[in-house]
Amino acid sequence: MYDFAYHKPASIADAVKLLAADPEAKVVSGGHTLLPALKHRLNKPTSLIDLSGIADLKGIKKVGNSIVIGALTRHVEVATSEIVAAAIPALAYMASHIGDNQVRNRGTIGGSVSNNDPAADYPGAVLGLGATVHTSKRKIAADDFFQGMFTTALEADEILTAIEFPIPEKAGYAKMKNPASRYVMAGAFVSKGPMGVRVVINGAGPGVFRQSAMEAALAASWAPGAVAGVKQDADGLNSDIHGSAEYRAHLVGVMAKRAIIAAG
Amino acid sequence: MPQVTLTVNGKTHSVAVESRTLLVELLREKLRLTGTHVGCDTSQCGACVVHINGESVKSCTTLAVMCDGAAVTTIEGLAAADGTLHPMQEAFREYHALQCGFCTPGMVMSAIDLVQKHPEGLSEREIREGLEGNLCRCTGYHNIVKAIAAAADVMHGKRETIAAAAE
Repeated sequence: MYDFAYHKPASIADAVKLLAADPEAKVVSGGHTLLPALKHRLNKPTSLIDLSGIADLKGIKKVGNSIVIGALTRHVEVATSEIVAAAIPALAYMASHIGDNQVRNRGTIGGSVSNNDPAADYPGAVLGLGATVHTSKRKIAADDFFQGMFTTALEADEILTAIEFPIPEKAGYAKMKNPASRYVMAGAFVSKGPMGVRVVINGAGPGVFRQSAMEAALAASWAPGAVAGVKQDADGLNSDIHGSAEYRAHLVGVMAKRAIIAAG
Repeated sequence: MPQVTLTVNGKTHSVAVESRTLLVELLREKLRLTGTHVGCDTSQCGACVVHINGESVKSCTTLAVMCDGAAVTTIEGLAAADGTLHPMQEAFREYHALQCGFCTPGMVMSAIDLVQKHPEGLSEREIREGLEGNLCRCTGYHNIVKAIAAAADVMHGKRETIAAAAE
């Protein structure tokens, strides 16, 4: 790992100031995506801005018909939250299946969503529930936030502060994990609620995406069989040593059906 | 260089580290606590697991500077001052839950956190799932799972000693 300067600001405003002053700086919370990237020298930030001292970024609360989760909230906290379990059990289920216990004890929702790894779980839930991403300067709809592999709408001096999930009528998540790395080969997050009927696929492509043909089929009839006739095109899906694009395309259909069953 | 002040196994240390120093490097190289191992260095194998403020984490994926003010427990901090082993250590010995021993410190630290978070008890399946972040390449896990089940009984007061729990 290359060395870097380390800052630990006490407020969002101070963190933004530091970030704006240094275009090569990166923010860090749990560090469970960033540190592995730094070890591989895939990234060479001049400084790391540690957000863990900012209390405003923590916590889970119900606001009206939404659940708002602070950026620094760790996966273990979402997985075991009574508020999340009561309102969006699929989200608690998803959080409880990210990585392993030790990863869930450090990794945060803000880090996962900002990083937008194609094999991450959270982007599927954020887009699959039609959530709104709150940042240090604005609110961004999930549909506009994710822009492909490791790319989001976040600007260089913008920090993700919270995510607002509208409470759905029903939602479900299913994924096929790579048996060695446990990263998602293909996953599906389905929901029905204030944001319409959504079928979102993660892990299979270069970024999380809505499967609109499946959404239309599911909107017409909410049943696992509804998506059975919808074929996922293998074109553009990931193909690597872990699985071909064709295999992932097949998994998309299977995971969508399982997610619908999980949603009930 | 940044100065980090943290408690390790009950003792306070103040150490100058580089920003990029990992917690496991601080523990092994600065404090000479070499019971915590580095296996994969990619946060998958769990040989480096320690507790930060009572929760199991991978110390190879944690910056030392981010542990300022934290209470860290390593495998060296589990046994009593008179050498009496922690029930989890005793169970690993009693059930022959190790062969080469390389993964053992991480297994023990993960297992203690797992058991503490489940006072209601753990099924065999829950123990196996709870060990997802710890790889062992020689025991085949069976005896590790048995040891954790026995230690859980002792830690939750369902049995008095590990020896009594051994089949």
